[in-house]
Amino acid sequence: MSHSYRVAFQTLVAKEFLRFIRIWVQTVLPPAITTALYFVIFGTLIGSQLGEMDGYRYVDFIVPGLILMSVISNSYANVVSSFYQAKYQRNVEEMLVAPIPAWVILAGYVSGGVARGVVVGVLVTGVSLFFSDVGVHSYTVSLAVFVLTSILFSLAGFINAVFANSFDDISIIPTFVLTPLTYLGGVFYSIELLPEVWQQISLANPVLYMVNAFRFGLLGVSDIPLWIAFLIIVGFILLLFAFALHLLKKGVGIKS
Amino acid sequence: MNALTIRNLEKTYGNGLRALSGIDLDVEEGDFFALLGPNGAGKSTTIGIICSLVNKSAGRVEVFGHDLDRAPEEVKACIGYVPQEFNFNPFEPVGEIVINQAGYYGIARPEARRRAEGCLRQLELWERRESQARSLSGGMKRRLMIARALVHRPRLLILDEPTAGVDIEIRRSMWDFLRNINVDGTTVILTTHYLEEAESLCRNIAIINDGRIAERAAMHEMLRRLHQEDIILDLAAPLNEAPPLRGVRLRLLDPTTLEACMEQGHDLNDLFAGLQAARVSVVSMRNRQNRLEKLFLERVSQHRIEGGGV
Ligand SMILES: Nc1ncnc2c1ncn2[C@@H]1O[C@H](COP(=O)(O)OP(=O)(O)OP(=O)(O)O)[C@@H](O)[C@H]1O
Ligand SMILES: [Mg+2]
Repeated sequence: MSHSYRVAFQTLVAKEFLRFIRIWVQTVLPPAITTALYFVIFGTLIGSQLGEMDGYRYVDFIVPGLILMSVISNSYANVVSSFYQAKYQRNVEEMLVAPIPAWVILAGYVSGGVARGVVVGVLVTGVSLFFSDVGVHSYTVSLAVFVLTSILFSLAGFINAVFANSFDDISIIPTFVLTPLTYLGGVFYSIELLPEVWQQISLANPVLYMVNAFRFGLLGVSDIPLWIAFLIIVGFILLLFAFALHLLKKGVGIKS
Repeated sequence: MNALTIRNLEKTYGNGLRALSGIDLDVEEGDFFALLGPNGAGKSTTIGIICSLVNKSAGRVEVFGHDLDRAPEEVKACIGYVPQEFNFNPFEPVGEIVINQAGYYGIARPEARRRAEGCLRQLELWERRESQARSLSGGMKRRLMIARALVHRPRLLILDEPTAGVDIEIRRSMWDFLRNINVDGTTVILTTHYLEEAESLCRNIAIINDGRIAERAAMHEMLRRLHQEDIILDLAAPLNEAPPLRGVRLRLLDPTTLEACMEQGHDLNDLFAGLQAARVSVVSMRNRQNRLEKLFLERVSQHRIEGGGV
């Protein structure tokens, strides 16, 4: 990266980071509270009535999924709202008139999304330590899945923002696509509990692979082979990156 | 060397609206250039294309010899852009807006801070550096956008109606400011609807109308072409009809207002001597309209008639 690109990138990342930190009450606090509620209700109250899942206490079983779920929704939310806002207020033009290539702009926004994912992820992990007793089976796998998932959903959030024409448009995908996919992505159950047909259908859900890979990183158990999970995550990242870059270069939604 | 070269620039917007139909324009390095034209003529569209905010449909743009298609980053690095509408994040503090803009141009933090301070002080916004941009007055917001456009020291400054909604005093100080920048070597292109602004600041002008260049000339030459001068005279006592006078066409606009049209350079003493002889007493006089304004209206309406328009 040339010196001036690096400066531009750092500027953008710092700005993105400050943006969500400044409004931490809206960005960082809610996922911590929600997760705590999940643990109280599903983990402690209901979970204590349940038996083990994949050989783990239910409250421990749901920890990886809950962490990843907050990473997914926060990385996505950060980029979609920040880029849409820049588009809406037109301050995206500050970047468009400057000599920054599209990939640097994209990398800046994605890094902002990952930063929020990391901050929220660490916080939620902290909360989960109060309720459960989970160690780390493999730091490499956990960290890799964590960061790659965050990158993937930051890219998805960016694409959503490119096409969004109103503030409603930035909540449609999270509500109607992202939430169902994560809830059905094996956050709260092992797909082995499902009938054969539903197991097969679940395998079409990419989030399932991420949740399971992350669960393997923390607990050492997974419903699916790890390499398939990585293949799918990296494949999606490449696909979405290429698409987002193409949109940004053409100026879809931002240039007339 | 040309600061800006435009050849056969065309733009048709997504909705099918043809905003530019083949524009050619040359602006020399060091020039102070006005791009004039009525609402909707295509001024902002042209500027948008130069600044990489609007995709052109056809044509070529070069800035200091860099081709916009082949070397967009070199082009962008040369330009400072002040848009017609506010386009900063209203919740961001003034200082940060300018510092971040420097960062986008690859200027590292410590230097960016120094430069932002310089620009903000020059535009009398330094005291407001901590304020959110939305809390600034309209004129301050305009100045903020100028400070932001100058922080990377561009060779070409493009301002799209920089003085719209700015009070007279601040407008005058902005004129001085822009003149100084130009004297220091920055090429300046501006659009404005205040023609006296163009007349007082610019050395060259182009009038754009309906997506075409209707006129392109040096300011002094343009003004020389206006041979006729119209003067309005307020009379001490009402008249029934205008007295005949050699070399001057007099017309009564109302009983106490007389319009005098004459060749530029006509001796005004002749006019007053003639009026005195006719026992017409004048209490005050003024120019009918700004000369450039007159030419502007001529060019624009001529074009409209030729084009079969309104
Ligand atoms: N994004 C857009 N989509 C469609 N049409 C547009 C768009 N922007 C401008 N136009 C149209 O293109 C034409 C030229 O507009 P432009 O903004 O370039 O005019 P202008 O000379 O800057 O006018 P003004 O003095 O009012 O600022 C107008 O008819 C305008 O309605
Ligand atoms: Mg305009």
